[in-house]
Amino acid sequence: MSAAAGSITQEERPFRAFAREYMRNPGAVLALIVLVGIIAVAAAAPLISPQNPYDLTQVDLLDNLQPPGSKSFSGTTFLLGTDGQGRDILSAIFYGLRTSLIVGVASGLLALIVGVLFGLTAAYYGGYVDTLIMRVVDLQLSVPPILVALILLVLLGGGADKIVIALVVVQWAFFARTIRGVALVENARDYMDAARCLKLGPLTILLGHLLPNCLPTLIVVATVQVASAISLEATLSFLGLGLPPTQPSLGLLIANGFRFMMSGNYWVSLFPGIALLITVMSINIVGDRLRDVLNPRLAR
Amino acid sequence: MRALFGLGLAVMLAVAPPVAAQTQNTLTLGVRSETSSIDPHWTQFPQDKQVEDHIFDRLVALDHNSRPVPALATSWRPVNDNTWEFQLRRDVKWHDGKPFTADDVVFTFNRLRAGIPGAPASPGFVLANGNKRIEKVDDHTILIRTDGPFPIMPEEMAFFSIVAQHRAADAQPSVDFNNGRAAIGTGPYRFVEFRPGERVVVERNPDYWGAKPEWDRVVFRPITQDASRLAALMNGDVDIIDYPPTPDLPRLRQQGSRFAVSEIASDRVIYMQLSFRDVEPFVRNADGSPATNNPLRDVRVRQAMSLAINREAIRDRIMGGSALPTANIVPPGFFGHSEALRPDPFDAERARQLLQQAGYGQGFRITVHGPNNRYINDQAILEAIAQMWTRIGIQTEVVTMPRNIFFTDVIRGDPMSLPGFDVGKFSVWLSGWGTATGEATYTVRGLLESFNPEAGSGNANWGRYTNARVDSLSRRARITIDSAQRLPLLVQATEIGLRDYALIPIHFQVNNWAHKATLQHKPRVNERTYAWDITRR
Amino acid sequence: MSVFILRRFIQSIFVVFTMTVIVFFGVSVIGNPIDLFAPQECDQRCLADLKVRFGLDRPIWEQYVVFLGNALQGELGKSFQHGLPALHVILQRAPATLELATAAVFLSVVIGVPLGMWAGLKPDSFSSRAIMALSTVGFSVPTFWVGLIFIMVFALWLGWLPAIGRGSTVDVFGIELSFLTLDGLAHLILPAMTLALFNIALVIRLTRAGMREVLFTDYVKFAHAKGLSMRRILSTHVLKNIMIPVLTVVGMEFGGTIAFAVVTETIFSWPGMGKLLIDAIEVLDRPLIVAYLMLVVVLFVMINLVVDILYSVLDPRVRLGDQAR
Repeated sequence: MSAAAGSITQEERPFRAFAREYMRNPGAVLALIVLVGIIAVAAAAPLISPQNPYDLTQVDLLDNLQPPGSKSFSGTTFLLGTDGQGRDILSAIFYGLRTSLIVGVASGLLALIVGVLFGLTAAYYGGYVDTLIMRVVDLQLSVPPILVALILLVLLGGGADKIVIALVVVQWAFFARTIRGVALVENARDYMDAARCLKLGPLTILLGHLLPNCLPTLIVVATVQVASAISLEATLSFLGLGLPPTQPSLGLLIANGFRFMMSGNYWVSLFPGIALLITVMSINIVGDRLRDVLNPRLAR
Repeated sequence: MRALFGLGLAVMLAVAPPVAAQTQNTLTLGVRSETSSIDPHWTQFPQDKQVEDHIFDRLVALDHNSRPVPALATSWRPVNDNTWEFQLRRDVKWHDGKPFTADDVVFTFNRLRAGIPGAPASPGFVLANGNKRIEKVDDHTILIRTDGPFPIMPEEMAFFSIVAQHRAADAQPSVDFNNGRAAIGTGPYRFVEFRPGERVVVERNPDYWGAKPEWDRVVFRPITQDASRLAALMNGDVDIIDYPPTPDLPRLRQQGSRFAVSEIASDRVIYMQLSFRDVEPFVRNADGSPATNNPLRDVRVRQAMSLAINREAIRDRIMGGSALPTANIVPPGFFGHSEALRPDPFDAERARQLLQQAGYGQGFRITVHGPNNRYINDQAILEAIAQMWTRIGIQTEVVTMPRNIFFTDVIRGDPMSLPGFDVGKFSVWLSGWGTATGEATYTVRGLLESFNPEAGSGNANWGRYTNARVDSLSRRARITIDSAQRLPLLVQATEIGLRDYALIPIHFQVNNWAHKATLQHKPRVNERTYAWDITRR
Repeated sequence: MSVFILRRFIQSIFVVFTMTVIVFFGVSVIGNPIDLFAPQECDQRCLADLKVRFGLDRPIWEQYVVFLGNALQGELGKSFQHGLPALHVILQRAPATLELATAAVFLSVVIGVPLGMWAGLKPDSFSSRAIMALSTVGFSVPTFWVGLIFIMVFALWLGWLPAIGRGSTVDVFGIELSFLTLDGLAHLILPAMTLALFNIALVIRLTRAGMREVLFTDYVKFAHAKGLSMRRILSTHVLKNIMIPVLTVVGMEFGGTIAFAVVTETIFSWPGMGKLLIDAIEVLDRPLIVAYLMLVVVLFVMINLVVDILYSVLDPRVRLGDQAR
């Protein structure tokens, strides 16, 4: 009984310490709150949106390009105005956040898992395994991401799932290469020799020792990649590939809205742009703070 | 390092002064598409032709409404059913001073007939139509013989430019034109420089046979991004741009002090095309289950779809007021335009009734496809139509893609294509057709006649619409030399096809140019931008 | 060492060969160039004729064999659109892109490393926080959006810089360069900054992360204890260690920068290879697309090779492939 209680406190303690450490930076706390808020908004989009922007019977072309605060024929107010099709921008942002977050996080995470697996394997085993994996990485990195995405989207067809696949294919090699670089350095350190002397299995060493020590770098790269996944999705939309236009992500909203930028209808592109910025910035700030807290050498 | 910087600075100071020596009398055009060649027989891209037309003349030119007018040929007439005679202009000189004669025309025919090695879209196919054969009568008269009557000979002679035999005979196609060696024409401007992707420069030809060109120098600068092109105009980098973004049109029009907009209804019709197979992959029942029949084959359904489209709203809300709603396929004023066809008025109530009568009271689901970078606001138009169709019970999803992907997928059941591409893929899609010849023969044949590779008909009839009456009328029109007899045939074929909703026309694109208010531009129905249409106010 | 280089060289050739297969078949699956080139008046006979002319009627493996045979002789096919050898068309445009990418990488290192070092040195100061916030912005905004905002602000509203295009050029040993003229520089600034923004953010981040790690290492502490000046510690000990990840990423990103120039060049009408590629994709000029991709592949493989070698020189702890267990 007492033994069980002891183990719980022992597991709890590092997390508390970690949380306390995180809280010491007010900016990071704010970013975390904002991020949680954004995720909540994205999750609750169908409940809190004034309009379902994906339901074409609710969108009316005759309401298009209304400035923020104006009223529709049916009397609802467009807080942030409407876009070229008459979509309520606020609702479109809520729904778009959802799409963008899902696409960004899903592709970032999948790419991370794939990339880390290959990167660590390459660094740990070295030799032919390393050579083979790194040549594949070279291969992957040697074609411009936009082109890989283009070809993939042609082969697969459009849609959110296809975009995620394309983004993973584009991004995994980046993780793999970065992780391998860090892991090679870590591999040469004393604790790795110690681990090997203890005759721990390769999986234990890889996941139990090498990975945690690569974590700070991983977090930096992962936050960057989630951000750039969202950004890349926007760019693909700009080039005319990607999500269906009737179900726009933030990136697509920005891309479509830019046509109206110069004619003074700034809100179509500006508000989704700000939403994207806030989202990605809060992800990055949280990631930064996590890294500072997690880095064992900084904590020392 | 410092030494290197010093050297850089010295070079900079030495060469900096001539900051784009632009004279007062230079006209700079910001154009949407990049020129790919100066060889007039290389492609039929409008962005290539409009540049080449400055340098080279054709036998027959087109006026602002695409009607044939004399150019290097001063007159023409059918001698008999199978022969046309063209009189050539006298005292015309090539840019290098040599005289222009019938030999150059014969040479041009032969060059095209032999095929231009490597050319992606040479206009040579025009000569294959009717198996055209040229005969020189004297230095300024030629005969063109065909197999069977060939009524649209003058229009077809506007397809290709005449090149100089003494220059082009041993020239490497495209290459020797791009470097200027063979870019010797009879046109109002002479070739100066072609820097792919950057600019094409031409200068005034003082010995031009026609009206004296207004500008000393004309520079074409490709700027593909709409927003960038507009920015370049507003910034003063260019004097005039084609295809200004439509959302900016109202402001450009009203900002009369600095900029002005010129516009004209073009020859390009935008339409929804439907597929007529027994079962369609992108048509489903209202509950989402696969449909076992094709509702699009019911004319009432097609009519309902047309009635549900609010063409005025599309014009005003999406096209910036610049579109001409229509039920025709060739624009007003063109040979073959039907006055009797009026655009369907927006009537959602009647559309729902028609669906009810056809047995689709509960509606159905479709996915519509379209390009997103081919026609003006193509994607936005599709989105709007999806809204409108969804309102009458046809739940519509939109999928758009860049034109390079779209135009293969929509394509035509080409048995020579890769597996999966050998049958048409889509069920409903947006497309467009421009009537380059200024008259309806090609348009009716391509869009309304049954698909028939041997006869070369229905080549854009990707939905495989078939109507025997349309076919016979159109075929008769193709061999009727007398215009007075040919016109009713074409009009009738068009009216039968469109009253049957072989396709659903939306509008003719209205083409816009935005330019400095100090200039004046007389636009052309065929989308080309010429320096001689632009004058100082 | 030379054995290592030789082995990496052979591997690189293998990579390039594999890429010819992937690229050729990948590109050949997309669309049908004939449909894009042919005017609409071109009927089915005319289309079939064009197909034969371009050899597209032949089975795809046969097309590949022809392509490979030519490639071995240094011929990557003729551009459909330009009628010139594809490689020639690309190399014509290469100086413009290389100039742009070099300027962007130059900007990112020159701006990014000092800012990153400062942010790492004084992590809690206001200025450092501002720098990090800016770097976050750099990541967050899509390139096309930045480019268009730049045009709007600097070209339209302020009127300081030209909106589009490349300025007047100077012929230096047969290569047209624009950064040696004032006009050229003015045209270069906006696209180069647009292209550099992402890299600046990346370099700031990497440098700062590196600084934070290195400053706590024992040898820096020892250097402090020895009484070395902060300046000397930074310039000799710290900088060298930081430069490893920065070099890797900048090296990798140089290729990426060239690739991403696609977007920047499209927005600014910069007459480089990226815009050429976008236009080639637009009309499916297959030989041009394939040649471009092969060129990029070769470039990347070479860059990776160089980075790997530099890696081993800079950090002896990094073991080379054939020495590892």
